[in-house]
Amino acid sequence: MNQQRKAVALISGGLDSLLSARVVMEQGVHVEGINFFTGFCVEGHTHAIRKRERARPKRNNALWTAEQLGIKLHIIDIIEEYKDVLLHPRYGYGAHLNPCLDCKIFMVKKAAEWIEKNEFDFIVTGEVVGQRPMSQRKDTMPVVAQESGAEDLLLRPLCARNLPMTKPEREGWIDRSKLHDFSGRTRKPQIELAEKFGITDFAQPAGGCCFLTDEQYSSKLSDLWKYRGERRYDFDDIMLLKVGRHIRPASNYKLIIAREEGEVNFLQGYKKEYLSIKTISHMGPLALIDGKPSEEQVLEAAAIVARFSKGKMEDRVEVEITRQGGEVQHLLIKPLKPQEMKPEWML
Amino acid sequence: MSNRVRLDARRLLCPLPVIKMQNMASDLRPGQEIEAVCTDPGVLHDIPAWCRINGHEVLESKSDRNEYILIIRIGG
Repeated sequence: MNQQRKAVALISGGLDSLLSARVVMEQGVHVEGINFFTGFCVEGHTHAIRKRERARPKRNNALWTAEQLGIKLHIIDIIEEYKDVLLHPRYGYGAHLNPCLDCKIFMVKKAAEWIEKNEFDFIVTGEVVGQRPMSQRKDTMPVVAQESGAEDLLLRPLCARNLPMTKPEREGWIDRSKLHDFSGRTRKPQIELAEKFGITDFAQPAGGCCFLTDEQYSSKLSDLWKYRGERRYDFDDIMLLKVGRHIRPASNYKLIIAREEGEVNFLQGYKKEYLSIKTISHMGPLALIDGKPSEEQVLEAAAIVARFSKGKMEDRVEVEITRQGGEVQHLLIKPLKPQEMKPEWML
Repeated sequence: MSNRVRLDARRLLCPLPVIKMQNMASDLRPGQEIEAVCTDPGVLHDIPAWCRINGHEVLESKSDRNEYILIIRIGG
């Protein structure tokens, strides 16, 4: 009797990873999913923080995908290890601070380690030749296989027939003729395959799942490194970059101003670590001050916060300033005028 | 080891509470329970989903002010 082979599929929560796992499962392979959490994932955190996002169906798409497939999912925290990928990408960045090729190599490498430890036979990804400008090109896809150490244990079922044969195909664990030859940026073949499998509900095609591909987020991260004087970050840094308006009036401090109730609640959790400002006399946002402003700059920051309150047209707005040690100060402050808000302050 | 262990996942946003629960569950035996205290409402969806795909059972799910408490039993 033939031994049932086991594969681990990289599950992002998008359609391609769902389909690739399903294609392999159709051939009788036991599949389990693996999902890596870098800290830069768009879903989950953003939805949890922002109250207005709660109107949308709240689900983790990787878990949802696994459930649709009826497979186990292993979610791996790679926040710390990922720092080296982001800070020192061998193959550089994409359009923003997205180290896509290094990222893919790293994740496949982790998957290769996982299959060895857990005695699985091969790795499945949803990559498609030509779909991504950096990590999914004809010339870079072999680099992923080689540098990750996965070599010919890496199977891309959606475009396998455009690529050299892998061990699962050579050994007969997988029938190559039942794999696909998708290529390019079109989503049509994936949509058709989804229809064939009866899959009608799926997350929007991958690509928008990482904050590092976002211009504004990357700009805020660059600003953080520039004014910190070194390229490093911790988890709270990258979380706070996802929240609020970021305004830098001077090199030694910036404001993080909540845009809605969910963000206010989230920023409340950081009040012990940051100087915070909120308006008292009028409805307004909570703001954290990151950096070491002078007392004069604290007043400037308060005037900016007042500018974002319901009292922005008033002569005076009462604000509450809370220091890191808990000391509270109430002040009357004149909100900044629109023309005094310099566009270059906005990150 | 006690039959029920507590997981403090307050201030963690999804998927971190799920990751913490997954890691804790890997050290437990079938029948043992985890009581998770969380602040991200996303856990009300994610932890049950994680339980369903891994064969665990949600015994109780409740909210208390801004905290969400889920009790799960490890499956066999």
